Parts: sequence; structure tokens; C-alpha cells
Amino acid sequence: MENLNSLIDGFAAILTPGNLLIALIGVTIGTAVGMLPGLGTAMTIALLLPLTYGMEPTQAFIMFGGIFYGGMYGGSTTAILLNTPGQSSSVVTVLEGFKMAKNGRGGQALATAAIGSFIAGTIATIALVFVTPITVDFAIGLGAPDYFAIMVLALVATASVLGSSRIRGFASLLFGLVIGTIGIDAVTGQQRLTYGVPQLADGIDIVVVAVGAFAVGEALWTAARRKIATDEVLPVGRVWMGRSDWRRSWGPWLRGSALGFPFGAVPAGGAEVPTFLSYVTERRLSKHKDEFGKGAIEGVAGPEAANNASAAGTLVPMLALGLPCNATAAVMLAAFQTYGIQPGPLLFENQSALVWTLIAGLFVGNAMLLVLNMPLIPVWVKLLRIPKPYLFAGILFFASMGAYATSGQPFDLFVLLALGLIGLAMRRFGIPMLPMIVGVILGPMAERQGRMSLQLSGGDLSGLIGGPTSWVIYAIVALIALWPLVGLIKRRAARDRVAVAA
Amino acid sequence: MTMPDETAEHPAADAAGPEADSAAEAPGRDLAQLWVCGFMAVLGTLVIIDAASLGAAGASNDPIGPKPVPIILGILLYAVAAFYALDAIRGGHGEDEGAHAGDRLDWKTIAALCAVFIANALLIDWLGWVISGSILFWGSAIVLGSRRYLIAGAVAVALALATFYGFAIGLGIGLPAGVLQGIL
Repeated sequence: MENLNSLIDGFAAILTPGNLLIALIGVTIGTAVGMLPGLGTAMTIALLLPLTYGMEPTQAFIMFGGIFYGGMYGGSTTAILLNTPGQSSSVVTVLEGFKMAKNGRGGQALATAAIGSFIAGTIATIALVFVTPITVDFAIGLGAPDYFAIMVLALVATASVLGSSRIRGFASLLFGLVIGTIGIDAVTGQQRLTYGVPQLADGIDIVVVAVGAFAVGEALWTAARRKIATDEVLPVGRVWMGRSDWRRSWGPWLRGSALGFPFGAVPAGGAEVPTFLSYVTERRLSKHKDEFGKGAIEGVAGPEAANNASAAGTLVPMLALGLPCNATAAVMLAAFQTYGIQPGPLLFENQSALVWTLIAGLFVGNAMLLVLNMPLIPVWVKLLRIPKPYLFAGILFFASMGAYATSGQPFDLFVLLALGLIGLAMRRFGIPMLPMIVGVILGPMAERQGRMSLQLSGGDLSGLIGGPTSWVIYAIVALIALWPLVGLIKRRAARDRVAVAA
Repeated sequence: MTMPDETAEHPAADAAGPEADSAAEAPGRDLAQLWVCGFMAVLGTLVIIDAASLGAAGASNDPIGPKPVPIILGILLYAVAAFYALDAIRGGHGEDEGAHAGDRLDWKTIAALCAVFIANALLIDWLGWVISGSILFWGSAIVLGSRRYLIAGAVAVALALATFYGFAIGLGIGLPAGVLQGIL
């Protein structure tokens, strides 16, 4: 009950004309930027972070709520119309969505994605209201060793579970951890990896890393393949859903939400697995199996709902444990930190009003999207017709502005370019970017917790193992790390069986 | 994540398991990946050299000091670089199924874009955001293939002015006025 009262206070804080206007601006800009090809939700937030630098925390977080859902909504639109998933969680949406758009049912695909996102977002945000305080109660009993274990789990899982190649996931993670180590060591004050460059003493801002790797990297990647890449924008038609579309969509929406939220709420569960599971489930349950692969509406409704529910789910570990498990949460965590606010179990005690305003902002932003953007989709689609040179010139322009604004030093622009070149290389070699982003922000946090644990034990390594929680977590880490061995043994066994049979 | 070429086969390949993978690696090895391994080895060396110069743990409230983490990272960088190299030699590829292995990157355009970007970084404090930002937008648009010089220029100046007034003056974000100080 206490939570509901706090939430109502949050709504009271948000329902003033000024704050509603801020939410509206957040939703609109979030959609517009999220819509630009190649920009995922995380990059949308990173690019738009400077907008909030001059604001009070409350207003800034209301705007984030809007940008968060707006960015996701814009991303799925682009994915469906251009056949370019802006982020890996949209990959599954594209399978059926683009086919639908090709068959002239783009309007229906966008409508089921939009309404599904709204329903999933609402369900998941309600779940967030109830699950987060429980997680906080659990987290308050945890000590530094347990936190260290959870962070190690999140790092290992992000690098190895997501993406198709573990070794590349770990390479990406290590880049992130090294970047995170640069700067003054918080405990001893010694400079690490600065090689005498004074501007590096404060470390490299996560926003600069995210914008550099995603936005500048994407611009360079486009430049590099200017003559190869061609995109064509499909016409949308009217955005509406007929009776049979509704009948075929509501089941997938609800099942997708149910699949997405738990995966998001678990450290490094991600959105890829639930979107894929949702797709497979809907294909199995559908009465229109033959339409799958040719543009089945269930195949858009389910995965889109799963995607949104999972995104809202990732806010649970982010708010309750201070643990960012995807790029979006990492950037949002950085935004919290620029206001001197540290997410974690104490956040709900110290900054209760702010958190509940943020959560209320998520509800409001989500509702605004549905009401305002459904009729506006044809207008938004015009954004996709911006010629590529202007589009990427604009992205570089805003990326530079944001990076300069974080510190007011041209030095950050050089860092931005360096990271852009790293991003270019990672695209070329198919190295996933998420582990790097998560590593930059989680690495230093994990190191602090680890050193705190060892401080309690006086340097004895046994200090890293705390209560039963950390045992369980290390068991999971071991399982994830050893999983490829299981696959290897299975393959060997299969080969032996084949040999015997032959 | 932005991997425009993660295609429809992707989930399918996952579902089919490792057997399908080994069948699909026929297109050949992408040995350019060894550059990444080399980069990781160099990075590992830099990290370890730096860690060696750090002071040892002195205070009792920090028994292990700042050294162990970079040293562990350095060792892991070497290890992952080695496994990565092994994987590349055995025909492994990234999450896009090696779709870009054969692409010829347009280095001229990349270099030109970097030059425009660096020009902005060098000029921003002196000329101010309005001028350097305009140059950045206009230059990037031209490098990326726009041939409408005047329109691109007009858009650039309009964007730079709008962001300067909106962000620097409206929201109080620190963008420099540069030589135009007092005029804007």
C-alpha cells in the first residue's frame, strides 16, 4: 500500500502543466531520434542527455521516462519500415514486420507494435512497482561480497550469453573494463592508464563512450560503405487495425509481456531471448502458421511486447541494485550519477519522491505515446526520408555537441572520435557492443565492491565469498562459464553415436 | 546494438546448433580479425606497463591497492587475444556471420570525415560552436555525398544557431561563443 501511495504522490508531482509539457517533449524527441536509422534506445538517451543538464532532477527524470519509451517506439517503426533493426532486440520484430510492410500491411504492423508496446509497457511498469521494493528488501541484506558476486555475474553473462560468439563478447567486455579503469583510483587517488594526460584523470564519461561507439561509429560505418548500402522506405498506409488484427494480437501482447519482464529483471537476461521465445511461441500457437515468414501479425505483436516489457524489467536491477544490464540502463545510471544520485537499495529511502516520479513518468510517457503518436506515424515516417548525408551530418553534429557539453573541453571530442573508430572496427568484425558499454560502468563498481570485501577480510581472498547468496551466484557464473564444455561433450557424444551407427 | 546485417538466418542458426555453424563457414577465413588480436595484445601490454608503475598498497583500509585489477585485465587481454586468434584462424566470425568480411571499406571517405571532425575539435574554442559546428555539419554532409552546397550550408548555419541559442543560452549548457562573443 505504501508503494501505491508513493506512486500516487509521483503522479501528483508529474501532473502539472509544466511537467506534462516536459514529458511531451521527451516523448516527441525520443521518438524522433529513436526513429533515425541506426540509433537504438541507448544512443537516443545518450544523445539527448545534454538536454537535461540545465534541469532540476525531477524534470530531467520525467523527460527520461518520455525519451525511454519514445526511443523504443521510434526504433521499432524504423525496424519495420526499413528492415534495419536499430538494436538487437528489434531483430525478431523485423522478421515479420518488414514482410507485412512489403505486403502493404505496414500500417497494421506499426499499429500492433505501438499498441502492444503500450500494453506491455503498462503491465511491466505495474510489475516494476511491485517487484522493485521486494528486490530492495532483499538487497538491503546483501554485503559487499554479494554485490561483487552479482556484478561479476552480470559482466560474465552479458559477455557470454548475448550475441553469438563468446570470445568476441569477452573481447568487447575487456575493452569496456579497460576504459572504465582509466582515471584516478577512487581509493588511493593514484592515476591509472592516464599516461600523463591530465584530461584523462577524471576518466572517460560513459556518455562519451556510448555516443562515440554507437553514433560516431555508425556514421563512420555508413561513410565506409557509402557505395554499398541502400535503404528503401516502404509506404505505411493508414495506421489502424481491423477486427481480425485485434483478435490475433491481444494474446501475443499478453504472452509477450509475461515473457519479457522476468528476463529483463534478471541481471543480463536481455531482450533477445524473450523476443525470440515469444516469436517461437506465437508461431506454435497461431492458427495462421502458414503466414509466418510471409508477414504474420502475431510475429510482430508478441516480440514487440516482449521487447518493451523486458526494457521496463531492466529498470528493476537498475533502480534496486544500481546494476545496469543493458546499454539503456547504463546510460540512465550515468544520468543519475550526474545528479549525484547513486541507484541502489538506499535510493528508495533517500530519493523516494524522485524514483516514484520517474516511475509515474514512465506511465505518463507511455500513455502519451499511444494517444499522440498513433495518428502521427505518417508524419514521423517522413523523418526516414532525410537524405543520408544530412542525417549522419546531423548525428555527428549532435554527438559532438553532447560530448563537448559533458566537460566543456575539446579533448572529449578526440576521445569521441577514437571511440567512433573503435565502434567502426567492432561493426566490421561483428563484435557486440553491449558488453563494452556495460563493462565501462560496471567494472569500476565491481572493483570498488571487491576491494571493500577484501578490506573487511584484511586482504584474505576468502573475503570475496560472503553469505549463501554469493555461493549461489558463483555457481551460476560457473555454469555459464562452463556451458560451452557441455556443448562440446554433447557434440562428441553425437559424433560417437554417428560413428557407431555407421 | 546496431548490427544492420543481423539477418533472418540468425535465430535459425542458433536453433540448428553447432553442426549448422560448421557447415556455414565455407566462405573462408577472415584473417583481418587478427588485427583485433594484435590491438588487444598491445592494449594488454600498455595496461600492464602502467600497472607496474603504480605504487603498492600502503594503507590498511585497502589491502590490495590499485594494482591487481589492471594486471588481471592485462593477462585476460592476452588470453582472449590468443583464443580470438585461434578462433579466427579456424574460420570463426562475428555475430553478423562474417557478412562484412569481404567489404572494401572506403578509407578515403572515412579519413575525410575524421578530418572534418578533428577540425571542429581544434576550432571550437577559438571560433565558437556556431562557426565550428556549421563547418562540422556542412563538411560531413559534403563528405557523405551531398552535392547541394548551398542548402547544406544553410541547414548547417541554422542548426548551429538554433542549438547555440536553445542549449547554451536557453538551457545554460556550456557551448563556447568564441570569436562571436558579444555578437550572438
